[in-house]
Amino acid sequence: MFKRLLALLVVVVMSVSLLAGCGGGGNTNTPTNTTGAAESTGATGDTITIGTIQPISGAISAYGTQSRDAIQMAVDEINQKGGVLGKKLKVVVEDDENTPEKTVNAFKKLVTQDKVIGIIGALTSKCSLAITKEAQQRKVIMISPSSTNDTVTDAGDYIFKACYNDSFQGPSVAKFAIETLKAKTAAVMFDNTNDYSVGLKDSFKKKFMELGGTKVVEESYATGDKDFNAQLTKLKASNPDVLFISDYYPTVSLMAKQIRNVGMDKVVLLGGDGWDEITNNAGDEVVGSYYSNHYAPYSDDKEVKDFVSKYQTKFNVVPNALAALAYDSTYILADAIQKAGSTDPEKIKAAMLETNKKFVTGSIKFDPNTRVPIKAITMVKIEKDSSGKLIAAFGGTINPQ
Amino acid sequence: MEFVQQVLNGLSLGSVYALIALGYTMVYGIVKLINFAHGDILMIGAFGGFFIMGAFGVSPTTILISFIVSMGVCAIIGIIIEKTCYAPLRNAPRINALITAIGVSYLLENGGRVLPFMGPNPKQFPTFKIQNYNFLGINISQTQIMTIAISILLMALLNYIINYTKIGKAMRATSFDMNAACLMGININRIISFTFALGAALGAAAGILFASSYPQVEPYMGFMPGLKAFVAAVLGGIGSIPGAMLGGFLLGIAETLTKGFISSKLADGVAFGILIIILVVKPTGILGKNEREKV
Repeated sequence: MFKRLLALLVVVVMSVSLLAGCGGGGNTNTPTNTTGAAESTGATGDTITIGTIQPISGAISAYGTQSRDAIQMAVDEINQKGGVLGKKLKVVVEDDENTPEKTVNAFKKLVTQDKVIGIIGALTSKCSLAITKEAQQRKVIMISPSSTNDTVTDAGDYIFKACYNDSFQGPSVAKFAIETLKAKTAAVMFDNTNDYSVGLKDSFKKKFMELGGTKVVEESYATGDKDFNAQLTKLKASNPDVLFISDYYPTVSLMAKQIRNVGMDKVVLLGGDGWDEITNNAGDEVVGSYYSNHYAPYSDDKEVKDFVSKYQTKFNVVPNALAALAYDSTYILADAIQKAGSTDPEKIKAAMLETNKKFVTGSIKFDPNTRVPIKAITMVKIEKDSSGKLIAAFGGTINPQ
Repeated sequence: MEFVQQVLNGLSLGSVYALIALGYTMVYGIVKLINFAHGDILMIGAFGGFFIMGAFGVSPTTILISFIVSMGVCAIIGIIIEKTCYAPLRNAPRINALITAIGVSYLLENGGRVLPFMGPNPKQFPTFKIQNYNFLGINISQTQIMTIAISILLMALLNYIINYTKIGKAMRATSFDMNAACLMGININRIISFTFALGAALGAAAGILFASSYPQVEPYMGFMPGLKAFVAAVLGGIGSIPGAMLGGFLLGIAETLTKGFISSKLADGVAFGILIIILVVKPTGILGKNEREKV
């Protein structure tokens, strides 16, 4: 009896853990936060409806909430200036909690129930990849603000993005490590269950070796892991000059402390755009680290200054790069609808390709083959200001080759 | 040298597993219930530390206060859960209580998500300034020393309570035969409540130690360590207190060595693989006693 009960229990435990594993740690049951009712569909009546899918709760909610606010801000501005095609623009927000399954559900809801003509999202690569095929099939214009994985736009000509690719980002960080930091050996930590993390790591490693690096050692972990001591102890043995952490800020802040705890106190930490927001989520252990990003909020650029001051007055925080990208994405999509002169997806798609304007995150012009913008990369250095607060200082730019 | 270093990392992880596993095993020993909500007590304990140290800063005094307050609060929560959710089911089939335990676990997790001061998003746990010590090429951090030392201290304390106090004797008697103990004049309800309180207090301490090593708190944080500690309890022999300690350390070391010398992709596979193997080879666990089914 006892044995049988325990065996039954094991089955229950295993299946529960499996389910939780798929969910990636966080799960709720209701899609939250839909602004506005769904009575007007697509472009009928006097509104044009677009949708956005963002991780509003869960591990990287700081990205999702700021992006949502930035999109709403852009929509309000557009409506103040008369809307699009003489109609009001409306945005329906869906939360995916950074899990691909929920992204698919959100996508289906936006397309079938709200009948949106375009979608801004998803935010992360793994979530975007879950819906690109369907967006292409259903002819829904999709513009991901920040999914840097190269394969995101592969699904077809209805898929766009407002950020650069990892195949540009990874090598830029490698170039920076070799040329500016004079690094010879590197170590890499990456999440082997995350498309973004793996893609970024591969491109960094390749370029680092090409540019004369002597050695790159790598170690991996899975999403949701908290203990990295074993992997870091292994990396420490190789005594690298730089350590590239290919992940998002919550994992980076968790790992940074353990890096210093295992005694790697000299190694310079490097990262990609997933580090955005690290300054609000980590301590002294990341001071002196560098990461590549889409924009630096303390820039003298006119567009950047306008955006930052507007955002700051409204929401009382300095917007992160993902907010800037989401803001740009909204304008790109709205401009294209205006230019197309109709809500026919075929025409909007063609108009999107003609985009050639300066936005907050730089001048954007799409590569006609990949529908990825060609633009410069910003390196950010983490510094401590006089009050002891961490700030994202300007660390340099790297132009597209 | 790297091997010794990895074993040390494993010890620090394992001591947290051992503390949590003790809660599972004590409750099982007395009421034959796998208390799945135990992992979430860890989360509540960690949040206790987060609020106290967030408000008063990090110092040896505040960390001590965090331990005392969190352990006290969680002990009370443990008693409340027992009185409201498990006590009414004491004479129901065991599977009912088990399902209730899973329900309580979800209630605590999702309750934490909804509460405005906790919320669904991960928060940074305040920790000491990083400090490392070097012994013969082996690196040990202050957090690791604290984790291992406090765990061993608490385990020694528990050992004292169980083996050398009157209430401990009553607990052992209840675990041995609840009806006979009742006939001998032991207040069973009080003993069961005390067991839950003790288990929850250890869970809360484990929560603060876990959050100090991996400085992030969120409502789901107790799930995975809770599950691993359950494996540790079964590995050592569920119902056996030394077994839970041994199981916790073994599991922590096995997991770390797998990450260090085989592949980090296999670490969780090894942890749960151990559970399957132990159930096949020796279902009572390493230190578990063979209980004969009396008809």
